[in-house]
Amino acid sequence: MEFFHPRQDIPFMRHALWFNAVSLITFVAAVLFLVFRGLNLSIEFTGGTLVEVRASEAVALDAVRGVLSQAGLREAQVQNFGSARDLLIRLPHLGDGESAQAADRVRELLSRVPGASFEVRRVEFVGPQVGKELATNGLMALAFVVLGIVAYLAMRFEWRFAVSAIIANLHDVVIILGAFAAFQWEFSLSVLAAVLAVLGYSVNETVVIFDRVREVFRQRRGKMDTPEVLDHAITATMSRTIITHASTLAMVVTILLFGGETLHYFALALTIGIVFGIYSSIFVSAALVMWFGVTREDLVKPAKKKEEAVV
Amino acid sequence: MNRYPLWKNLLIAFVLLLGAIYAAPNLFGEIPAVQITPARPGAPFDAPTLAARLEPKLSAAGLVHQGFLFEAGTLRVRFADTETQIRAKDLIEAELNPNPAKPEAIVALNLLPGTPEWLARLGAKPMYLGLDLRGGVHFLLEVDMEGAVTKRLDAIGADLRSLMRAEKIRHQGIARNGRLIEARFADESSAEAARRVIAKNVPDLAIDVSAQGEAVELVARLTPAAEKTLREFALKQNITTLHNRINELGVAEPVIQQQGAERIVVQLPGVQDVAKAKDILGRTATLEVRLVDDTPGALEEAIAGRVPLGTELLYERNGRPILVKKDVVLTGERLTDAQPGFDGQTGEPAVHLTLDSAGARIFRDVTRDNVGKRMAILLIERGQAEVITAPVIRSEITGGRVQISGAMTVEEARDIALLLRAGSLAAPMRIVEERTVGPSLGKENIERGVHATLWGFAIIAVFMIVYYQRIGFYSVVALAANLMLLVALLSLLQATLTLPGIAAMALTLGMAIDANVLINERIREELRLGVSPQMAIAAGYERAFATILDSNVTTLIAGVALLVFGSGPVRGFAVVHCLGILTSMFSAILVSRMLVNFTYGGKKRVAHVSIG
Repeated sequence: MEFFHPRQDIPFMRHALWFNAVSLITFVAAVLFLVFRGLNLSIEFTGGTLVEVRASEAVALDAVRGVLSQAGLREAQVQNFGSARDLLIRLPHLGDGESAQAADRVRELLSRVPGASFEVRRVEFVGPQVGKELATNGLMALAFVVLGIVAYLAMRFEWRFAVSAIIANLHDVVIILGAFAAFQWEFSLSVLAAVLAVLGYSVNETVVIFDRVREVFRQRRGKMDTPEVLDHAITATMSRTIITHASTLAMVVTILLFGGETLHYFALALTIGIVFGIYSSIFVSAALVMWFGVTREDLVKPAKKKEEAVV
Repeated sequence: MNRYPLWKNLLIAFVLLLGAIYAAPNLFGEIPAVQITPARPGAPFDAPTLAARLEPKLSAAGLVHQGFLFEAGTLRVRFADTETQIRAKDLIEAELNPNPAKPEAIVALNLLPGTPEWLARLGAKPMYLGLDLRGGVHFLLEVDMEGAVTKRLDAIGADLRSLMRAEKIRHQGIARNGRLIEARFADESSAEAARRVIAKNVPDLAIDVSAQGEAVELVARLTPAAEKTLREFALKQNITTLHNRINELGVAEPVIQQQGAERIVVQLPGVQDVAKAKDILGRTATLEVRLVDDTPGALEEAIAGRVPLGTELLYERNGRPILVKKDVVLTGERLTDAQPGFDGQTGEPAVHLTLDSAGARIFRDVTRDNVGKRMAILLIERGQAEVITAPVIRSEITGGRVQISGAMTVEEARDIALLLRAGSLAAPMRIVEERTVGPSLGKENIERGVHATLWGFAIIAVFMIVYYQRIGFYSVVALAANLMLLVALLSLLQATLTLPGIAAMALTLGMAIDANVLINERIREELRLGVSPQMAIAAGYERAFATILDSNVTTLIAGVALLVFGSGPVRGFAVVHCLGILTSMFSAILVSRMLVNFTYGGKKRVAHVSIG
């Protein structure tokens, strides 16, 4: 069986400008969402308390909200989590001393909600200081990944490839973040992990194409110009690109379907990341390489002249 | 062509066999057990005798067990189901600890891996499940270092005041101001005298002299070295205290670890009563010094139930009863330090205590009036007093430096010093992070994770076989080998497996197939160019290798970043992700190649490669 077997190279680069415009628009939209809406950060970053409970019967959220706000926990957010019986209660940071007890208070207050008994399934409390550190560490990790990948690719290929790859993939990251901002999905630590994993993964994709570009440059000594080489490399790896991504996507979608609420946004971030990863490797990074003006000579190092012994 | 040398095949087979052995324990599930450990670490504990003592009791109650397990300082009894386990726990608890106030042993519920003996003997263990998978409580505690420093400075301030008095140097007030101790003197000569005295007696201080109009002010601060020692000390001490307290909770495998310079991680698997756990962790032990009532006959009266007025019947650590007066001479507030050491004259092990100035004054008066009597030092936790030691007062003790000695070993001296410090000096701690996961959620998480992984695997497997046929089947076998090796590696390293870890496992499988897709596509391409099947296979593997390496290195960079900067759930993800990349390199390239070689390698003429 074979899905893709184009007889001729598809002229991707002829339309590079269009593709770049599309990604620029998405990118700008993502940035706007990030700036104006901001991320809905989980309590891991902001500090606060989260209590997940399962009720014996389906309960009205308002009843729970009522009991909590009567007791002074007015800022408590109550929402369903997966099913009508599963509730998620979020409390912002309440000030020193009080916060550590917040979960216990919620537990106690829930027993006053009429018509159902509650089983506390999960409690997470994060102090504001810890939250700040997690956020800083997240940014550090991002910086480490970006620098590490640029350094490696610059070593293996050439700096223009490294820069194109990282721009293309940061563009994916910004788009994932933009989606999270746009829909106000909760951005938690595991989403951050997913984002960084996507960064590593979609660089993968770019590397596969670049590898091919290098190979073609080596084989076809100057018979093709750069856009043609890029077209050829992309077309040749097309089949693999689709199949690999379909496989990874199959995995991620099963996590999305079977992994439960805890892994929901994690899997969602991966899904968006993988979809945009394909797009950006083909249409963004390759096009950037073209705009940067990479030529055969940049990649194929001239063979070292052997020193001839003077007789 | 396309043949591996024998050693390479054997090596691959050997690695796979090892993988199978170390992954196997995960298939056997867990057996409920009751775990018994001595109430105090290091106390004499004879497991076989204890087993012999419990055996008839259990069978009398009709509780069938599946054998006793002895390990250093631990006795474990296995049961067929959790119901028997819980009933047996209650029975053993009642048998060993008739007096709950004075437990003889810690009895805890535990789950033991059901690994068969021969596997266990090879060191094979199932994966170590994180709290989100097995349920339990995780706390991150922060030691209030500012509080510890302030407390120390207050004590030093009090010391300085009594030092000035003892040296007859007149001052105009000594007070703590933030992290500084400020002392004012009327003239330069007394300030200079004070500076010399302080430098000699309190080496932990760095002193600046500044003229304030007529008066002269000494500004003292803790030297950086002293502050560092103080911080380390505060942290170590809190960890020790936590250990002692958690022992009481009866948790089978608690984790208490330092994290960074001022934080402590506490993980209590299986604990559901968070309120109680918090109560025990947050509790402060107090220390009291009281006099012992050694009136002849009084102790016997008290044991018989007639406790004389104004006294209390308590027990020493070795279980010996002792009659102690109710009047408190001193509390732990007055103690500034306790260190193990040796008696300067006799050379026997001793504990050196340092009291603050008010404490020293009280102590001097009390010892002067009670020479020849005994004095008890009590540690009070949750309203329960225990006599740590009750030495005889040999002479009046002045200067606030007290030595407890006589009839103790070096270890006992160390323990007592530790207990005293734990009871008096511990810097306050607060909870900065808490995660609790109920047992039912833990179980659901495992199910979900396993389902996601298996379904994903199945989809990929079907697709690969349909699309690449025989070679695709080999890719799937390689992927399965990857999963097995990853599980084996995680089991072997005993890295903590969390729900994000399982997700990483699924994701890694999804990414690992990339290597095989690259190879297979390359082989197809070569075939399409008209290269002979054998050459195409060889070229496919060789050419794809550079690409696989590059792409795995970049993924690994991201994984390592997560490992270095991540914490909690992120780290759990990163560990599996990184290990998965390594195992996938092995299985995708070597294992699949070995299978392909077995099929096509060495044959003279291969007309067709089954690659779809």
